[in-house]
Amino acid sequence: MEITVKKLAEHLQLKCISGCDGLQKVVRGVYVSDLLSDVVGHAEEAQLWITLHTHPNIVAVATLKNLSAIIISGGRIPESETIEASEKQQIPILLSSQTTFQLSGQIYRLLYADNEENRIS
Amino acid sequence: METFEFTIKGGDFKSIGYVSNTIKKIMHARNINPRDSRRIAVAIFEVETNIILYATQGTISVLFDNDKITVLARDEGMGIADVALAMREGYTTASDDIRRLGFGAGLGLSNIKKNSDITWISSIVNKGTQIVLIFFLTLVL
Repeated sequence: MEITVKKLAEHLQLKCISGCDGLQKVVRGVYVSDLLSDVVGHAEEAQLWITLHTHPNIVAVATLKNLSAIIISGGRIPESETIEASEKQQIPILLSSQTTFQLSGQIYRLLYADNEENRIS
Repeated sequence: METFEFTIKGGDFKSIGYVSNTIKKIMHARNINPRDSRRIAVAIFEVETNIILYATQGTISVLFDNDKITVLARDEGMGIADVALAMREGYTTASDDIRRLGFGAGLGLSNIKKNSDITWISSIVNKGTQIVLIFFLTLVL
């Protein structure tokens, strides 16, 4: 299923705090990691990234990898420089008070629940 | 041939990603094959990150040829005691401060090696490190 960042944010009731000009970007999968070199090495274009980091380097990584958006989990608030960078790069930052695990489960269900092959039994 | 040069200040964490994202834009403007562009950007990201995290200062030069891109990096700093060991995935000497930012997982040098066609690293402890990377470009037909 192909979905925009905007639709995904609406479904999960996530708040876009910055870079919201990029909400029309398409989400093609998700990458979950808090090791930046892992994301740089393995995330793929148009993926959504869930992380607990709040510093501006997350926007540099998302820009480098052409990621569709960043979700910061666990109720953390990004630094002001992170917000500025995401505005500049038009990479939406979505905030959630949920844990990375809870978010991953919800997004998995949203993206893949209709696909029998991917369903977790 | 055209060369782009960058001076890098050690400890300037917030500038991580500047060189790689700048070169990425240049590669895009020059119609470099996206697959090459992606791997080159990843390697340069790791090179600049290493200088910022571990050195006091450094330079990165990126040389564009028709058939290849060469990255030359040179820094002054703590150096790497055992390059072969440092190349091993997961090996790190990073401080807690560096790890707290999500860096220092021991993936940087292996990301560099995996993504470049020729990887040459030479280092002297308490002097600095020199890196030469060569990427052969796939022609876009």
